[in-house]
This record gives sequence, structure tokens and C-alpha cells, in this order.
Amino acid sequence: MSKNWNFVFAGFGGQGILFSGKVTAYTGLIDSREVSWLPSYGPEMRGGTANCSVCLAEEPIGSPLVINPDALVVMNNPSYDKFISTVIPGGVAVVDSALVAHESGRTDITEVRIPATKLAQDNGIGKLANLIMLGALYKATNFTSLDSIRKAVEKCVPPTKPQLVELNMKAIEIGVNYQA
Amino acid sequence: MAERVLMKGNEALAEAAIRAGCRHFFGYPITPQTELAAYMSKKMPKIGGTYLQAESEVAAINMVLGAAAAGVRAMTSSSSPGISLKTEGISYIAGSDLPCLIVNVERGGPGLGGIQPAQSDYWQATRALGHGDFHVLVFAPSSIQELVDMVFRAFELAEKYRMPSMILSDGLMGQMMEPVSFPEVEVHTYDKPWAACGHQNKRTHNVVNSLYLKPDQLEKIVRERFARYETVKAEEQRAEEYLCDDAEYIVMAFGASSRISKSAVDIARSKGIKAGLLRPVMLWPFPEKYVRKYVGQAKGFLSVEMNMGQMVDDIRLAVEGRVPVEFYGRTGGMIPTPAEVAEKLSAMAGGVK
Repeated sequence: MSKNWNFVFAGFGGQGILFSGKVTAYTGLIDSREVSWLPSYGPEMRGGTANCSVCLAEEPIGSPLVINPDALVVMNNPSYDKFISTVIPGGVAVVDSALVAHESGRTDITEVRIPATKLAQDNGIGKLANLIMLGALYKATNFTSLDSIRKAVEKCVPPTKPQLVELNMKAIEIGVNYQA
Repeated sequence: MAERVLMKGNEALAEAAIRAGCRHFFGYPITPQTELAAYMSKKMPKIGGTYLQAESEVAAINMVLGAAAAGVRAMTSSSSPGISLKTEGISYIAGSDLPCLIVNVERGGPGLGGIQPAQSDYWQATRALGHGDFHVLVFAPSSIQELVDMVFRAFELAEKYRMPSMILSDGLMGQMMEPVSFPEVEVHTYDKPWAACGHQNKRTHNVVNSLYLKPDQLEKIVRERFARYETVKAEEQRAEEYLCDDAEYIVMAFGASSRISKSAVDIARSKGIKAGLLRPVMLWPFPEKYVRKYVGQAKGFLSVEMNMGQMVDDIRLAVEGRVPVEFYGRTGGMIPTPAEVAEKLSAMAGGVK
């Protein structure tokens, strides 16, 4: 857990890519690490591609732009094609297999395939595939503790909608408990 | 200590400005600065302040001129093309000796350019933010916390020296979230006996003006202003030194590119190259005193910028030809990588050691 983590979260706009990145960044704040969160920005919109870089570190962060992630969380084919080759050897890719059909053939990384979007629909939490993916990322990397994730979710959910905390945690647990 | 929260640079800057006593914001939307104006639009009406989306950048900066003339803390923010539009008003503000804060969240140029981060307005900020003989104070934050702290200082120094302050941010600093806290600090303001805020029949009129038709009178006023600039140069140069003590190769970079350069210096050190980072915290006044400290010691300077090479001119002026000064940069919205900068350092040091 006490290592430096560079993450890339990528997918379509509207999938909550930036939100799951923000929850990840908040775990760093709760764990007293150095943190940065950098979104792609521009003409992207719902349906366009979106991604963000998240760094968690023990020392001040230099470049907040992650070029070679330790772990990639990816939720569409274009982003998979764009980023899968950038994952460092020995790194992790968490892939939403309900949306990503492409395969890279890389054998030097651990690829976790989880049908997050389908699992979200089956469980009646259609918009929370992003947090199922976050649960799978946690399981694959142990980058923080579940307790810190819960506290991070509490920080990220609007204060006017506290009921979303349990719903978000349910999604994360689906990701943690998923057996391929 | 105040709680640390994650905030985007643009939003943190807006919150800091409010805490520094700014109650008057005039702006016009432009990427990648818009979150700053949006934050102001939400907060200002709740605290009795003014948020005004003007009909244009030109209108917004002239509203700042009016508010500043009345002696209140006023600001505007924009991104590169919008700042170009504001330059006429900035020159008038400087020519009227008014304090204010102008924020440039830079994007690629020239023209409409792009919307990704760049540092290609260095020359504009430090040389010619409008017509005429004048300078503005230019601050270059490299983290969101430093950005917050600078907002207070930018307002203070603007009032102290009666000149505009500019915070030169960029798309990366504006969009990035980092932990930030807002310590309770006492806001220091200066008396403004010059303010045109109503004489109540108790004093003579205050006139705020930048028009002087008699050349000898205008020359006198410009010379007085430049005497003040000399004080600023003597008192306000600021730079951060990282591993410079024994450095043979000194990287200079500001804002976003300084973070990348710091990582590059670490890579170079791990290869046995004695590299250090000298980061200007203020771009005007340029920290030439700091540069000169290393002239006898350094075998070379390397300026790393997100442009085609602008600050490199100031480094060359400061070293006066006594040390080679090289440049590495990316432009148009491209962000240099630490590996690229480290490679350049290796080349300067005579290949990988």
C-alpha cells in the first residue's frame, strides 16, 4: 500500500470516469499522501472520450500527467486501444469487458476483465459501473483500504444526497467480490 | 490547521481571492479558465459582492479599472486570447497607478491557438501587457497551495506599489486538483487616499487619470513610476532553489513546467549529473539576483518552458554571456515529459555518465 501509484482512468464522457478518479484521489488525502488529479478537458462531452490522471505519492508530485500508469481503468474500446500499450510492464489493467471487446495480447501486465456495466445493470445500479471498476481496481492493487474508500466516497457524494454513499459502496463491493 | 480539501486550481484561486477581500469580479467565459468565473458567480452574490459577466473582455477590464479607481479589491480572469483583448485596459490601469488582480490561465497560441496548457504568454506578461512604458507584478504558481497563498500576496503587493498584479497560471494548473487548505490569515490592506470614492465635501476631488498631454509632465510621471519599479526589483525577487548548492547544471522553469523539471533533476541526479532547479516564483521582477549567484558555479543553464523559448532571454540577460544557456520546450498544448528534459540535461553534461 505504501508505494507511489500512477493511475489513468479512461472511457466515455458520462460514465463517471472523472468521479471514480476523484474518489481515488480522495483516498490519498485520507491516507495522508501527496495527491494530484488531472482531467482531460476540452470539447469532450457525453459520449466523447474522457480520461484523468491520478497520482498518489509519498513525496511531492512532479508531473501530474500520467504517461505510463501502474494501473489503467478502462471502459471503452477507443480508450483501451489508446492506453493499453502505455501500462508499465508488471502493471495492471482493469477492463470493463461488457464494453471492451478488443485485446492487446500483452502478457507482461495483469489484465482484470470484469463486465462492470452489465453487473451494474443486473444489480439495478445502472450508472455506477465506474465504482464497480474502482472496486475491482482496489482488489487488484490494494492501493488503499476499503475504509479509506468509504471515507473518500463520503467526501465526493454531494452533501444533499447522503443516501448515495451506501449505493456507491454497494457498487464498490460488487467490484471487490466479483469472481471471473 | 485548516482542513485539506481537493480543489481545482481555478476554483481554489477564486476562493482565495474572496478570502483576500476581493468582492468585485468582472469576466467573460473562456476555456480553460471558466471554472474560476463560475465559482465567483455562485459565491459573490451570497456575500454581498459583485459578479458581473461583461459583454466582452474589453468591457470587463474597464470595469476593473472603475472598481479599482474607487479603491476596492477588484479582479478579472481570462485565458490567452482574452488577455490580449484586455491589454488596452491593463495599460490604462497601470497608467493610472491602480492596484488590481488579473489572472491568465494560459492556453496555446498564437491566435485562437488551442485550449490545452501552454506558457507562451511569458513575453506578453513580462514585457508588453499593453502599450507604453510599464510593468505589472507577475506571479507564477507551481502548486495549488502556492496559488492560493499567492493570491493574498498579489493583492497586497498591488496595493503596496500601486500597480496591477498578474497571476500567470495555465490550463494544467487551472484544471488540476490538489489538496489545499485555506489558513486563517489576516488580510493586510493599504490606505488609499487616492481613491475616487466620494469626497463628502471633506477633501478635494481625487482624479484617476492616465492622460497627460504635456510631454515633460508625462515623462516625470513615467520616471517616478520607474523609480518605484526599481524598488520592486530590489525588494521582491523570489525564487525557489532545489538541489542548487553543488549544481553544475541549473534548470530554470516556472509554473507547470517547473514540476516536470523537478522530476527531471531527480532523474539526472540518479545518473550522477549534478543538476539543480531554480524556479522563479515571480517572473517580474525576474529573479536575476538568484541567477547571478550560480554564474561562477554552473557549467550551464537550461530553460524549460511550454513555449518556443521566452524566459530563456531573461536568463541570458542575467548571466551576461558568462555561462551557456540552453533551451528545451514543447508548445501548442504539449507538455514536456521528465524523461525528455533529463535527456537534454544528459546531452549538456556530455552524454550519459
